[in-house]
Amino acid sequence: MEQHFDVIIIGGGAAGLTAGIYLSRAKMKTLILNDGTIGGQMILTHQIANYPGIENISGYELANNMKKQALSFGCQIKNSIKITDMNLTDYIKSITVNGKETYTANAVIIAAGGRSRMVGAPGEERLKGKGISYCATCDGDFFQDKEIIVVGGGNSALEEAVSLTKYASKVTIVHQFDHFQALSHYVDEAKANSKIDFIMESKITEFIGEEKLEAVKIQNQKSSETEIQKIDGVFIFIGYIPNTERFSGILELNKFNEIVVDNLMVTNIPGVFAAGDCVSKRYRQITTAVADGTIAALSASEYVNNIKITNSELATD
Amino acid sequence: MLRTNLPHLLSEKEHSELINNNENVMVCCGRMGPMCIPVYEIMEELQSEYPNVKFADMEFDIPDARVIRNLPEVRNFYGIPFVIYYKNGKVVKATSSIQTKEQITEILVNYLLKN
Ligand SMILES: Cc1cc2nc3c(=O)[nH]c(=O)nc-3n(C[C@H](O)[C@H](O)[C@H](O)COP(=O)(O)OP(=O)(O)OC[C@H]3O[C@@H](n4cnc5c(N)ncnc54)[C@H](O)[C@@H]3O)c2cc1C
Repeated sequence: MEQHFDVIIIGGGAAGLTAGIYLSRAKMKTLILNDGTIGGQMILTHQIANYPGIENISGYELANNMKKQALSFGCQIKNSIKITDMNLTDYIKSITVNGKETYTANAVIIAAGGRSRMVGAPGEERLKGKGISYCATCDGDFFQDKEIIVVGGGNSALEEAVSLTKYASKVTIVHQFDHFQALSHYVDEAKANSKIDFIMESKITEFIGEEKLEAVKIQNQKSSETEIQKIDGVFIFIGYIPNTERFSGILELNKFNEIVVDNLMVTNIPGVFAAGDCVSKRYRQITTAVADGTIAALSASEYVNNIKITNSELATD
Repeated sequence: MLRTNLPHLLSEKEHSELINNNENVMVCCGRMGPMCIPVYEIMEELQSEYPNVKFADMEFDIPDARVIRNLPEVRNFYGIPFVIYYKNGKVVKATSSIQTKEQITEILVNYLLKN
């Protein structure tokens, strides 16, 4: 049986939950469809200290507060679903989940966010949790007095490399370019730390180990020479990729696979809006996701109201 | 105590009672961090889908969690949560770090529920 909504939101992170709060508070019948844990990347953050008005909060708590707020206004949320079919181009949009339930809507907001980029070298998936980690605060204490590598050159990589020196005896930062993308104070702090070494213009091309990580193969990007380095652990912080594969060929994406929107979060398809980390923009923060979610909700609301007015005018003609 | 909606194992005794009195058990041993929370939430959802499996959590840092931390199966684990699957009191599978719902479901089906 089909169920019709004014707006369906794909993604339950900061952007999607904010859109859900605004729309359901405006009495729009709203459904959030989320394939992971509600809260998205917020859940990955131990302490958020830059959300205005809240001095310090865990990502888990902030996500739960947003979820409660959305539910309190009547927003419906379906978690851990898989979208199996989708028609966004028709006037009435339809989305099928788990191969069986179909939902229709006048408008759709895509707030699918992003996920950690993996190195993509052989051995990575198999040795995850067995020496390879993506979370310094979770797993740092397993590497007391051990030698580790941090992969990446952005703010997260350099900040986490410094924090991991609390445990590790030596931290080597492996970065693919000859310079860092991180802000200068993160770079200065890492360079000033006597436990930190640098291998620049290099990439890990293989993770080696049977039961646990034992070594990595590192390739110099200029000379193509490779060396095998024994290592106890590798922490990976090499940025995020947008969750937009599902929308490729349907929506206009830029060369980074981010959804192209205008300043009202309108995509190239009428009635389809996008918000948060999955759209083309420079800065990705909770505050910017929340702002995008607000704008997308207000734009979608106006779009749906216009449809309703047109439909009622047609009905009275 | 972990802030989840799962039954919490607070001692070695509770752990032993759970695994010995139930055929199929999944225990997630972790903290309230980004790699663990998604696993607890998946387990909360799976509770109703798999009534033949008992789901529980155990806080990684309590002394009694040594029943999990000292298992030979986790010797090479360097990432929380440590998730242990028991069949008739015996460990049949253990995983380290975050797992997806598909990965967890596959283990439940293939290691616990397939006869
Ligand atoms: C480790 C880390 C620390 C950070 N620290 C901070 C910080 O301190 N302060 C700050 O402001 N920002 C921080 N950020 C950035 C911030 O978390 C993100 O910019 C923001 O949360 C993005 O929100 P979003 O809603 O756009 O996307 P996401 O949070 O990625 O949410 C997208 C949601 O959509 C779901 N989804 C994806 N595809 C589909 C699909 N096809 N169907 C259904 N659902 C789908 C996902 O499962 C997810 O739940 C941090 C990010 C990380 C990774």
